[in-house]
Amino acid sequence: MNKEDLPFKVRESTDINVNECYQCGKCTAGCPVAEHMDLRPSVIMRMLQSGDAIAEEEILRSLSIWLCLSCETCYSRCPMELDIPKIMDYLRVRSYKEGKVHRDARDIVTFHKAFLNTIESNGRLHEMGLIIDYKMHSGNLFQDVMLAPEMFSKGKLSVFPERIKDRKGLSQIFKGQTKTNKS
Amino acid sequence: MSKIGVFICHCGENISATVDVVRVAEAAGKLEGVEFSTDYKYMCSDPGQTLIKQMIKEKGLTGVVVAACSPRMHEPTFRKACSSAGLNPYMCEMSNLREHCSWVHDKSEATTQKAIDLVRTLVGKVKYDKPLYSIKVPVTKTALVIGGGIAGIQASLDIANAGHQVVLVEKDPSIGGHMSQLSETFPTLDCSQCILTPRMVEVAQHPNIKLLTYAELEKLEGFIGNFKATIRKKSKSIDEDLCTGCGHCTTKCPTKKIPSEFNTGLGKRTAIYVPFPQAVPNKPVIDKENCLYYKNGKCKICEKVCPTGAIRFDQEDELVELEVGAVVVATGFDVMEPSEFSEYGYGKYKDVITGLQFERLASASGPTLGEIRRPSDGQIPKKIVFVACAGSRDPSKGKPYCSKICCMYTAKHAMLYQHKVHHGESTIFYMDIRAGGKNYEEFVRRAIVDDEVKYIRGRVSKVYEENSKLIVKGVDTLLNAKPVEIEADMVVLATAAVANSGAEELAQKMHISYDSYNFFSEAHPKLKPVETNTAGIFLAGACQAPKDIPETVSQASGAAAKVAILFSQDELSREPVVAVVNRSAPPLYSTCVGCFMCATACPYQAIGEELIKNRKGEVIKRVAKVNPGLCQGCGTCVAFCRSKSIDIDGYSNEQMYSEVMALLND
Amino acid sequence: MKIGFYPGCSLTGSSREYNESLLAVAKVAGIELSEISDWNCCGATAAHNLSKELSVSLPARNLALAELEEMDELVVPCAACYNRLVMTQHELSEKLEIKAQIEGKLHMTFKNNIRILNVLQFLEKHIVPRLDELVKSPFTYDVACYYGCLLVRPNQIMKDVRFEDPMTMDVIMQKLGAKAIDWPFKTECCGAGFSVSKTEIVGELSGKIVRNAVDRGAKAIIVACPMCHSNLDMRRPAIESYLKRKIDIPVLYITQAIALAMGLSPQQAGTQRHFVPVNLTVNR
Repeated sequence: MNKEDLPFKVRESTDINVNECYQCGKCTAGCPVAEHMDLRPSVIMRMLQSGDAIAEEEILRSLSIWLCLSCETCYSRCPMELDIPKIMDYLRVRSYKEGKVHRDARDIVTFHKAFLNTIESNGRLHEMGLIIDYKMHSGNLFQDVMLAPEMFSKGKLSVFPERIKDRKGLSQIFKGQTKTNKS
Repeated sequence: MSKIGVFICHCGENISATVDVVRVAEAAGKLEGVEFSTDYKYMCSDPGQTLIKQMIKEKGLTGVVVAACSPRMHEPTFRKACSSAGLNPYMCEMSNLREHCSWVHDKSEATTQKAIDLVRTLVGKVKYDKPLYSIKVPVTKTALVIGGGIAGIQASLDIANAGHQVVLVEKDPSIGGHMSQLSETFPTLDCSQCILTPRMVEVAQHPNIKLLTYAELEKLEGFIGNFKATIRKKSKSIDEDLCTGCGHCTTKCPTKKIPSEFNTGLGKRTAIYVPFPQAVPNKPVIDKENCLYYKNGKCKICEKVCPTGAIRFDQEDELVELEVGAVVVATGFDVMEPSEFSEYGYGKYKDVITGLQFERLASASGPTLGEIRRPSDGQIPKKIVFVACAGSRDPSKGKPYCSKICCMYTAKHAMLYQHKVHHGESTIFYMDIRAGGKNYEEFVRRAIVDDEVKYIRGRVSKVYEENSKLIVKGVDTLLNAKPVEIEADMVVLATAAVANSGAEELAQKMHISYDSYNFFSEAHPKLKPVETNTAGIFLAGACQAPKDIPETVSQASGAAAKVAILFSQDELSREPVVAVVNRSAPPLYSTCVGCFMCATACPYQAIGEELIKNRKGEVIKRVAKVNPGLCQGCGTCVAFCRSKSIDIDGYSNEQMYSEVMALLND
Repeated sequence: MKIGFYPGCSLTGSSREYNESLLAVAKVAGIELSEISDWNCCGATAAHNLSKELSVSLPARNLALAELEEMDELVVPCAACYNRLVMTQHELSEKLEIKAQIEGKLHMTFKNNIRILNVLQFLEKHIVPRLDELVKSPFTYDVACYYGCLLVRPNQIMKDVRFEDPMTMDVIMQKLGAKAIDWPFKTECCGAGFSVSKTEIVGELSGKIVRNAVDRGAKAIIVACPMCHSNLDMRRPAIESYLKRKIDIPVLYITQAIALAMGLSPQQAGTQRHFVPVNLTVNR
């Protein structure tokens, strides 16, 4: 494989050889969100095989990679046992780092980013903090407002975060991670 | 005094590209005992061989070393050349400069030096060569054919028609194999049983064929031309000479609910049964596991109603010993159980069936008399989904190989369904369509164009049942991977063709090789498709690899031809490279002390005893004796013998020692 | 044997009834669970979607802490946390460069010798053998046991023989007196992490699951994952919007079902915290 080739890049990061895929389509057939995807999993595999630079761009800018739920159904059924969720993770990380996230997936990335922000601050998820961060960055200010009172009354939501003690260790983990919420 | 001729082969460029053959020839010429040394481009060619013959005559050579490829390639060639020039063929040795030298090293001084060493080694051996003569063994002109499917039937008929005796052994109560279970065969849509049963009857009536059904191979001993086979005739509980095949017993048997193996579990049979109406022989057997008498001593109705008194509850298995000269293995294949594929629900949902089960539904002699009906409620399905590659081309849950026949039979199944159910809708989920045989492609086109079978390229991810319909979740990869969901009445899985469940055990009994899928191994994948690595044992049919009927028949005839070639000689020559226990003059007679360690060590049971007697007939000494017919020349006995009384002709201790010394002294 | 416990963020937050019922059941059965001190969030979906390093280092810290506390087994009730911890353990044992990298970053070492158990494996090993004596009030309802994704997949790593038709929860529920129905949506995804960012997908996927369970006569859906519970319970309005009908089948954690069958009160099982009311009574 040529070092510039997409199959090579994929193999370097994931140890998966996309040439093993024989395009049977079983991954797409079992994917719960296939109908909502612009590029179905088996098509993405074919595009990766082709090594085409245009295909690479298209994949990174697609909605599909963000719609993937990591339910692992494709991996469990693939006759060649290709770890497609791992490839999706690789594509997502690149899409995010290279600022190519699809417009309709921005809320998804915003959510994940907000999630990680509360962990960076507290070491554990602060659900209130997550929701506030998400709403501010996504602009969906009134989403789920009806849920909040019930969540509080059922004791499922707390105003204050739980913070771990070893914040030094935590900051070591987060050192060097991309900070901005680029869309 | 030795007069050895050394011939170094270039082997085109195979040897000469890495080894300086001219130098090797020169160096060999300087060795003591070497009369003549030369190099030539292709020693195995006509002029090459002529050169050897010429030099033998001209120089009066007493031994020949051909330094070329592996002896496995051309030792017979050069030995024959020597023989035709009047030199005993066992005075000719080969030094392997190709597989052992030029092919495994780069071009260098060290490589050429190694080649020189190799030649010198063999020259050392040749000096101790002595003339040997082929061992002649008689050939028993009876063939044993194991397996009574179409392969075994074809092979038996061919061998029998060539004038030789055949014993055909089949483990089921009837011959016919899987072909008898098929409804129609591709690409002609001939009724399978109609074309098969005449052959089956021919086998039963042929004067040269002895048919043993409900029998299995118990043991196989011996060697090519001289096998001894022990066959276990399982007890049928019927006296076959008295039984007329009237079938009355089968109508009266009270145990009627046993799943029929012939009908792949879709139909039922009785405990005393004939597998199918056209069975050959058309005589029943009693299934001891399910028969009321054998289980708890009751019933015996069949005995009461049999008009000729042919029931024999006390009949035991019988062991029959046969002397045969050749064995043809034609044990066929099995269909994979798709229960590994839990996403398809086989075994859970009654209407998910295998291709072979569909054949039984479509067959006029099947459980539904040829009507395609759902096993669950007996309704005629309006929509059938066929899933190709259910188990083949699947490293994760099935087999990585392609089963070859499924694309064709799936097309056939869809066509049969369309012909029987005119408004039925059939869909085939496929990955590729493999239709390489004669008229096969046209056959598949007929299915698509004339019979309007829908082909969707994509695999099925899941099948589940909802309101007695089967929901099939697949995909159309040719339409940009669009997910496709079909509500079907029946799902047919084209399951992989696998080796028989008893294949490994059988291969071990016969000492033949088999691969990791338990298919029997041919001697050479390209050039020896019907022979095994064990001389005298041949292969035919799907036991070697999945294949369709035309190929099976061809292979069976091929195996029969090999048997006929073998039987065309009254005697076989065996290589005289065998072990020999030394004999000397009295009073010693032999240095052998009669410990028989060699006999214990021999993997071929080739060593027996010999009683040395004096003139009065009194036994003086008991020594070991090698049967030259069985000995394979492995040398294990030589290693074991404590008194160095046994040695191999052609590979004696002296020869081996001289090779080593030649190697060390340069 | 020391049994460690990693609750994860959902059990201490929006899924506290899962935590409550699990601890209550363990207490009745006399099992002591030692919570890892100062555990951190495993990163869940967010980490592995946005950063490979975080997806390994966040769970790794917890594994290292558990090893320091000399735990033999680690019970991880949240299926997503379980998946992340098992994948991380797998990655650290297979890829030595990554192991070295993480050890350097965290200043901690890994022996990778802890047996990580999900809630079903924990129940099967420690609670099921005692169920016959502990069940006081049989849970006599038809139930649909819903496993979701991460308890059975990826089967290459979980190596569960029955990953298409698992029976662990079914068997437990049967031991509690329930009838576990056979249904084809046992392992279909509920919509996972899209609860907030793509609620309509949760409505669709969870809707199909709920509809099938109800159509086959189930009176309750039993789950073993807080994400699944949240999607099937809290997001019921989205489900009803997709199905265009009202469905009131309650969703219980397996630990809640066990707690109720053991004779504990609904309060102790935490069923009052659900969005869809749990109106099932157990025979006392």
